[in-house]
Amino acid sequence: MAVLLLAEVTGGELAMDATAKAVTAAQALGDVTVLAAGASAAAAGDAAAKIAGVSKVLVAEDASLGHRLAEPTAALIASLAGDYEHIVAPATTDAKNILPRVAALLDVMIISDATAVVDGATFERPIYAGNAIQTMKSSDAKKVITFRTANFDAAGEGGSASVETISAADNPGLSEWVENKVAKSDRPELTSAGIVVSGGRGVGSEEDFALIETLADKLGAAVGASRAAVDSGYAANDLQVGQTGKVVAPELYVAVGISGAIQHLAGMKDSKVIVAINKDEEAPIFQVADFGLVADLFDAVPELTQKL
Amino acid sequence: MKALVPVKRVIDYNVKVRVKADGSGVDLANVKMSMNPFDEIAVEEAIRLKEAGKVDEIVAVSIGVKQAQETLRTALAMGADRAILVVATDDVHADIEPLAVAKILKAIVDEEQPGLVLCGKQAIDNDMNATGQMLSALLGWSQATFASEVDVEGNSAKITREVDGGLQTISVKMPAIVTVDLRLNEPRYASLPNIMKAKKKPLDEKSAADYGVDVSPRLEVVKTEEPAQRAAGITVGSVDELIEKLKEAGAV
Repeated sequence: MAVLLLAEVTGGELAMDATAKAVTAAQALGDVTVLAAGASAAAAGDAAAKIAGVSKVLVAEDASLGHRLAEPTAALIASLAGDYEHIVAPATTDAKNILPRVAALLDVMIISDATAVVDGATFERPIYAGNAIQTMKSSDAKKVITFRTANFDAAGEGGSASVETISAADNPGLSEWVENKVAKSDRPELTSAGIVVSGGRGVGSEEDFALIETLADKLGAAVGASRAAVDSGYAANDLQVGQTGKVVAPELYVAVGISGAIQHLAGMKDSKVIVAINKDEEAPIFQVADFGLVADLFDAVPELTQKL
Repeated sequence: MKALVPVKRVIDYNVKVRVKADGSGVDLANVKMSMNPFDEIAVEEAIRLKEAGKVDEIVAVSIGVKQAQETLRTALAMGADRAILVVATDDVHADIEPLAVAKILKAIVDEEQPGLVLCGKQAIDNDMNATGQMLSALLGWSQATFASEVDVEGNSAKITREVDGGLQTISVKMPAIVTVDLRLNEPRYASLPNIMKAKKKPLDEKSAADYGVDVSPRLEVVKTEEPAQRAAGITVGSVDELIEKLKEAGAV
């Protein structure tokens, strides 16, 4: 029983946290081979070889794999699929773009956002924005799975897997990369941060979102946002926490001016400690908060930032 | 160019979901059903492309139970030109899997020859996020998922995608599959005159068998459970008390 795991590679670098968490999930299924694919992927492959529990690394470098375009990456994975019973990846936007395409090429179903491995064919996954957890048993010969990283601990370092270079599949040439708009930030990455401070509609403006950022910086935290805050232009799309944004489970989650729609709760309710600051005492966010403070955020957040 | 827009009938996003006592799934009997919100955004985008003269006909498709014709009437009332209903089950609790849906859609695409398929990026019931990608694979077409901007220019389209690090813009060859994200547009409400007019627009009814697609599921539902509930929290009276509690909990 062998598992092929698509490593998360961005700009030639391995996203260690997401990949190492997927390795933990994959180890329950069998012998783990990691695929590092990209325009440059050798360094990412070497980094992946050091993750404990990885037995082999395949490195595919080709210009066509450079920006994680779905068609060439899926073609490569499908060409390798014969040797593996499971094809898995961390549930990032890249993997969610690529793996369903792989599954259809192999005529099997995708199992998206799995949160637990029951056995080699049976997995738990949330449905209805996490309002129900379904256990699904696959009857397909091959299982294609994305794992929700918030539910798995990262595998440690200390591995010494062999690294093999392979060639890319033919690029069907259907799409081309044009540009990336990536906000640069020195803050921790949202999905792996120990503390997350998120702002919602109550913050009121892009300027006032600085209150959230200042508190986050004081705590060494990542910044998150509700859909309402992103739709209103207070925060960038990649900060959205929720059903269709990022799913986080930090040690501490501070929700500021967020009412707590079920779609937002879906992305953060597995956090260890939840703090809610909201002036509306009826806000649903208080139902999941360990510590709720009914207060005007414009008073409470600066005070909290100062006193911490 | 013709645009095809698949739409799914799902539990309304405001309804509180209840897990059935026998664990077989979520209770969908007598609850409000609506068009999947992401699919509404796809319908809206197709209409805007038609208004801009880039699309000349919009065909809405729904695959599921017979009642999905209500969802198709909504798409027609918004501005789709005609609709195809593929009845694939008569059980309102049966969810046709993305792979089977993609196979039926492929057969429809082969017949209809659209230049563009616009789908929601995921349905808010099974949260699979797969149908567009799977259809694209089966057709061998280009795919652009999670679109927040769509710009069709002749034989290609420039699509801005919402990805983990921010935004990525790609250029795809037509014909293409585009799956849409939340911030692409704000869907219009259907006006009363348009709802009346929609009743007269053509709606073809087919079955999964008409397309020769086996819709039996590959994933068997073993059980469905409520998620673990969080223990009740406390309300603190001041910022000082909050800091004290956080220190006690070891959170700061």
